[in-house]
Amino acid sequence: MSKPKSLFEKVWERHIVEEEGADKPAVLYIDLHLVHEVTSPQAFSELEARGLKVRRPDRTFATLDHSIPTLAPDAQGNRPYVTAQAKTQVETLEANAANHGLRLFGYDAENRGVVHVIGPEMGLTQPGFTVVCGDSHTSTHGAFGCIAFGIGTSEVGHVLATQCLAQRKPKTMRINITGALQPGVTGKDVALTVINTLGFSGGTGYALEYAGPVIEALDMEGRMTVCNLSIEAGARCGMIAPDQKTVEWLRGRQYVPQGAAYDEAAAQWLELKSDAGATFDTEITIDGSAIEPMATWGTSPDQGAPIVRGVPVAANEDEERALKYMGFTGGEAREVEKVDVVFIGSCTNGRMADLRAAAAIMKGRKVAPGVRALIVPGSEWVRVEAEKEGLHEVFLEAGAEWRLPGCSMCIAMNGDFVLPGQLAVSTSNRNFEGRQGPGSRTVLASPATAAASAIAGHVADPRQFMQLESA
Amino acid sequence: MSNQEPNHSFSSRIVVLPEANIDTDQIIPARFLTTTTKAGLGKVAFNDWRYNADGSNKPHILNEIDASEHRVLVAGNNLGCGSSREHAPWALMDYGFKAVISTEIADIFKSNSLKNGLLPVVVSPDIHDKLTQNPQQRVTIDLESCTLTLEDGTAVTFQVEAFARQCLLEGVDAMGWLLKRLPEIEAYEQANNKAA
Repeated sequence: MSKPKSLFEKVWERHIVEEEGADKPAVLYIDLHLVHEVTSPQAFSELEARGLKVRRPDRTFATLDHSIPTLAPDAQGNRPYVTAQAKTQVETLEANAANHGLRLFGYDAENRGVVHVIGPEMGLTQPGFTVVCGDSHTSTHGAFGCIAFGIGTSEVGHVLATQCLAQRKPKTMRINITGALQPGVTGKDVALTVINTLGFSGGTGYALEYAGPVIEALDMEGRMTVCNLSIEAGARCGMIAPDQKTVEWLRGRQYVPQGAAYDEAAAQWLELKSDAGATFDTEITIDGSAIEPMATWGTSPDQGAPIVRGVPVAANEDEERALKYMGFTGGEAREVEKVDVVFIGSCTNGRMADLRAAAAIMKGRKVAPGVRALIVPGSEWVRVEAEKEGLHEVFLEAGAEWRLPGCSMCIAMNGDFVLPGQLAVSTSNRNFEGRQGPGSRTVLASPATAAASAIAGHVADPRQFMQLESA
Repeated sequence: MSNQEPNHSFSSRIVVLPEANIDTDQIIPARFLTTTTKAGLGKVAFNDWRYNADGSNKPHILNEIDASEHRVLVAGNNLGCGSSREHAPWALMDYGFKAVISTEIADIFKSNSLKNGLLPVVVSPDIHDKLTQNPQQRVTIDLESCTLTLEDGTAVTFQVEAFARQCLLEGVDAMGWLLKRLPEIEAYEQANNKAA
């Protein structure tokens, strides 16, 4: 009998080209490299300076998401870029992709979208893969049992040139989430609870594995949301073992094996789960039954609390500073948080399940006077599907804006932003000072909570708008 | 190549930004990431801390010092969390910093910094207190011995990942190091059905 292995160890070992030593990192093979316009230009320039070509264009896929406008082009086809520089950045990726023979999901592609939404959607992301991208929320792909992590632009260059990275093996932590979620509690609430429990750096140096009945019961979209936010606790990556739900979700998608080959692959994917007796450097347990709809109250994603408990009183100087920035004294009910903007979208919550959850609350209701609600699908596929289901009509009738896919207000570098002093409830991943625009104040929450807050005009527990089945 | 300059041993005054959790959105806000080069980002380093909306200066220490005299940034716990943007170390280096010190430095930011020759130095809370309580002091940082020496003579060692240290000291280029492994990479691909 060989030593029991964790999911992380199994995937890691299969990708070692050269073992690490005291004085050198491991050479880790990368199965899938996702590229976008913001963190790649300098990497392509580096290749050019060295006279190199992208080594594995077949494993490299590019999309436009961060800098692109989410408003339609005018009659002449001109897109409303926020600056000429943003347009140049998009054109630079288009040129680099053409020059290196990369598949780019550009404006005319039916698959264009936020990099972490389209990877799984097309089946580019497959269990047991190593996935990297110059974006910290690459951890999203861990929901499929991938080792997936964000890298810097130098490393984007390394992968373009060699399809490998020099990497040290992280420590492992298993997070067991026991029990069952209460009605009205979602994957986002689980994620915000996990990072609240670990703290902003509690995961630093670790690969996380999420496990337990709550994780098993989550749908794939919910699992992606949980893994997506791993970086907000400082973790290198987050992973969930592939199960039958994973297999059925991916079946028939464009880039997965088809027919009998799929079932063969799936049988191997199901073997990836952590062995009984696998050991972790750290293991923690969270009672999933106690998780409630969450919202952040501060300026770091770990500064969140159950909505029903109100805004907490500051426990230290950092929290005091965060409350001051947010305009709270601490101890007030969340109803005092008058909402100016609601943003539903991003790699965290821009998928079909997220839009359905938001639409279920907005249906037949109106966005409160004075609230701007912006709904941004995570991909073209999500946009088309949502429109087939009539979700866009629900949003438009409620008084919300329905946009083209992109990162939009999550990172606020495309012209979609929150004005100074305004309070936004956002389904995105970061509430840092000024993240959604200089002086903006952000409350992170689930799509249901964001939709409820849009209707109520203040931060609101979504359960008041839900017809919950009695337990 | 990154714009590395010899960084093995130097002494400098420090700048203390005591805030914890300085994320990369603070170091360089996202709206400045539409650049396609690395050059000139120092002027927007900590942009929203340094400038008003109309571009005029806020009263901030980074607007008041001679950057060439202050090559070491001392920050609060958990420096560089958030976005993977390498623009953050590019901006700090372009401003003039050669090292950053904190009690904890986020993973991707640390890796990005080392690849550009910006030295991330993690110190104990005690040493951190000695730095923040005397923000006028000069420190010496020696990469060869991985030692930080404070003005009062206190000397402590700090950890730098061995390969990253070797790259900086010997001018080893990480991409070149990987490129030398192409035969092994190809063999791996053949053995694992990953050939093109």
